[in-house]
Amino acid sequence: MASATHLLTEREATAQPPVEAVVVRFAGDSGDGMQLTGGQFTLSTALAGNDLATFPDFPAEIRAPQGTTFGVSAFQINFGSTAIDTAGDQPDVLIAMNPAALKVNAEALRDGGLIIADEGEFTARNLAKAGYDANPLDDDSLARWQVVRFNISQLTLDAVKPFGLGNKEALRCKNMWTLGLALWMFDRDRQPIVDWLKSKFAKAPGLAEANIAALNAGHAYGETVEMGASIRQRHIEPAPAEPGLYRTVTGAEALAVGLVAGAQLAGLNMFFGSYPITPASPLLHHLARLKEFGITTFQAEDEIAAICAAIGASYAGQLGVTSSSGPGIALKTEAMGLAVMTELPLIIVNSQRGGPSTGLPTKTEQSDLYQAVYGRNGDTPLPVIAARSPADAFDCAIEAVRIATRYMTPVILLTDGYIANAAEPWKLPEMSGFAPFPVTFHDTPPAEGVGVMPYARNDELARPWIKPGTPGLEHRIGGIEKAPGSGNIDYSPEAHQKMTDTRSAKVLGVADSIPDQAIALGSEGAKLAVVGWGSTFGPIHQAVRRAQLRGLDVAHVHVRHIWPAPRNLGTLLQGFERIIVPELNMGQFKTLLRDQYLVDARPLNKVSGLPFRIAEIEAAIEEALA
Amino acid sequence: MNEMAKVTTAKDWASDQEVRWCPGCGDYAVLKAVQRTMPDLNVAREKTVFVSGIGCSSRFPYYMATYGFHTIHGRAPAVATGVKLANPELDVWIITGDGDALSIGGNHTMHLLRRNLDCQVLLFNNEIYGLTKGQYSPTSRIGTRSPSTPFGSVDRPLRPCAFALGSGARFVARAIDVHKGLPDVLKAAHAHKGASFVEIFQNCVVYNDDVFAPFTAREFAGDKQLWLAAGEKMLFAGGTKGIALDVERLALKVVEADDPGVIVHDPKNRSIAHMLIEMPGEGFPVALGVLYDDPAPTFESAVVEQNAAAASGKTPDLQALVSKGQSWMVEKEPHKL
Repeated sequence: MASATHLLTEREATAQPPVEAVVVRFAGDSGDGMQLTGGQFTLSTALAGNDLATFPDFPAEIRAPQGTTFGVSAFQINFGSTAIDTAGDQPDVLIAMNPAALKVNAEALRDGGLIIADEGEFTARNLAKAGYDANPLDDDSLARWQVVRFNISQLTLDAVKPFGLGNKEALRCKNMWTLGLALWMFDRDRQPIVDWLKSKFAKAPGLAEANIAALNAGHAYGETVEMGASIRQRHIEPAPAEPGLYRTVTGAEALAVGLVAGAQLAGLNMFFGSYPITPASPLLHHLARLKEFGITTFQAEDEIAAICAAIGASYAGQLGVTSSSGPGIALKTEAMGLAVMTELPLIIVNSQRGGPSTGLPTKTEQSDLYQAVYGRNGDTPLPVIAARSPADAFDCAIEAVRIATRYMTPVILLTDGYIANAAEPWKLPEMSGFAPFPVTFHDTPPAEGVGVMPYARNDELARPWIKPGTPGLEHRIGGIEKAPGSGNIDYSPEAHQKMTDTRSAKVLGVADSIPDQAIALGSEGAKLAVVGWGSTFGPIHQAVRRAQLRGLDVAHVHVRHIWPAPRNLGTLLQGFERIIVPELNMGQFKTLLRDQYLVDARPLNKVSGLPFRIAEIEAAIEEALA
Repeated sequence: MNEMAKVTTAKDWASDQEVRWCPGCGDYAVLKAVQRTMPDLNVAREKTVFVSGIGCSSRFPYYMATYGFHTIHGRAPAVATGVKLANPELDVWIITGDGDALSIGGNHTMHLLRRNLDCQVLLFNNEIYGLTKGQYSPTSRIGTRSPSTPFGSVDRPLRPCAFALGSGARFVARAIDVHKGLPDVLKAAHAHKGASFVEIFQNCVVYNDDVFAPFTAREFAGDKQLWLAAGEKMLFAGGTKGIALDVERLALKVVEADDPGVIVHDPKNRSIAHMLIEMPGEGFPVALGVLYDDPAPTFESAVVEQNAAAASGKTPDLQALVSKGQSWMVEKEPHKL
């Protein structure tokens, strides 16, 4: 979404019957392979040139009891011939692989939407597990929607029969049957999926053939069976996009590649210390495979060891990076203080999830902003930046490395469960276009009789980075307060005041090397500004665009640099008559803005574990302007 | 570390910082022993890093004229792991105490030893929390009266060397702060490739004075100290007594020196090492010196090797990396603007 351009097409601009966009939700049991189905449908959508945004929505349990509502796993995709910024407010099509999937997801479907149900799974036993007294396919409880039912399970069994699989294995192919039908519905090419199946099951060609047969059978079913008006084939035109080479990317992938790029631009090897936690682990998985870029990945014994080892690596001259989610970040807090005190470069990635405590491990939220900006003992400032979309995570990762190495400081990079797992088209960056920012290690020993000064300062108040192993520059650092310059232990009132002031001024000074805050949509001095940060970009952008098309005087401001903020942010915000701040928390950025700029920012909060719907923000815009 | 390091003296290894431990603290003796030992190790100052946690002993790095990192409570092993993985050429020493390494940092100590990171761990065991003014520690004996246990501690203490051996350490040794045997133990620890765990009985003159006197005091030293030497019989009490294996009970026993069953010390024998560590106080000496020394491949060498193997034949091409997976070309704007 972010990289596909947001240019309004002629049709959109004149608010004519809108360009086509469709929201499809695949839902089934955790074991039904819905995430895989969604992922492949996403690939096919991207290859068809549609803009898209996805929302994988899965339970915290790996394999919850089969057929239960809490074991339902879903994958939603919004795609169209226009710029797509969100995974869609309401599905137009729901594919329900069992009664539980129907029960959990039906209410979200728009009135008149289409339900495709696998009636083979609507057995008395499964109905009871989902809490249905009667089969909803047989009564009028689904009258608000169009319902198409067929026995996908049986049709799949028939299709894969020649391959001699056991019943269980054969039924595993039904997600490919469903995908085949979906590909037919939207006039898609099957070949890329066939290629993917062949490579995925390279070691079990029988399974590959069975899955391909199921895929083809689903496709053929759509083509040959008369299903009335409910299902008809639709072709959705490619979306407007800047010319260039594209791929789809998830936030976790973009972040991994961005960190690698950042380290390369800085001329550093990277040390990535991490402890498994949902939804942050994919970053560790991606980086663990990229050794040729001088990356060492270390799965530590706990979150604390993960950050401490990264700090040790930074001390020794590599780029230390650690990654976690809220609860793990909480454990790393003391060590972040150490990194601030020893003024070493370090990247701390927080893939936020629902909190507090264990909270909602697989759901998204933005409630760790206070933790990032304020959550340490002592006056312990560090820069905080936030990615707004999967593709944006790439640029933010590079920016985090730039700040960390230039200012000798830990940097927190905020992303969230939604960004980490969601995919969007990404216009491939031309790497030769990025200006390198090579690190210089200090390696000149002081003159005879002069002490080493590890806490000397440059113009930007950064201290020198001295690698152990450098002759003549032996020195000691630590978490205890120190004398300016020499870094020797010094608890004196003067030393603590001076060092605290310096640490604060250094971090605030980062604002000198970041761009001014731009307006994402709308103009300065509008009647209303909708101010956001992080993954709310999509719904805010669409809501503001729709409001503008209706003639409302509203602007969208989206902040990447949370701390320190761009120099002009205060003035910019003070120029708007009203400000609302939609956030997936109880109003954290709103409070920060009020504190920093004395503006009357009003909150729009949501903590349901789900992203904002465009309509929710649109309603808030209307209310604010009423 | 391979080329000959510059010839140095103990003074070259002392920093210009004023040492600030309590007068009479055992830490002074350990600092002196380390500074005296360093010139004999053929290592360069600039390649030496002392990493510590929090506690009295953890001030140690400030007093060494090497690279040093005074980290946070219990986390020195984790920081040291990052240092060593980032630059395996560095000679890493971890300075820690009984609370730092075994209480708040127990987890990290365990995993450092299990992974076998090449470094020396010097655990200053004084059986008390000194820096926080005298609370009992995880090595304090049952009944230890302290500000937090005015009626005596009730929980059973940990034996640091048993913990180390149980965690998979491949080098376990014991020494006494003021004893002349300490430098030799330090040298052996340094010579061992892998994690070398050294428990140093260190006297806290303020909060736990003389807690080790029953075997460290001069008048008991002969009877109560068993200094081990590889290939030599386990003899003590001026060579009059020895340690033998009670085969029926599968335990150690004290015998006369001329008993044919006196054990010859084999530092690779893990079972005997465990028995030596666990020897009961009553009637037995305290085993000192190198109890166990059986090298195994180190963590950092395995990481370096695997990284190199995984990277071999691949060129670090950023453009190829961003372009991974299936891509498609948008030739021109599909809609007219």
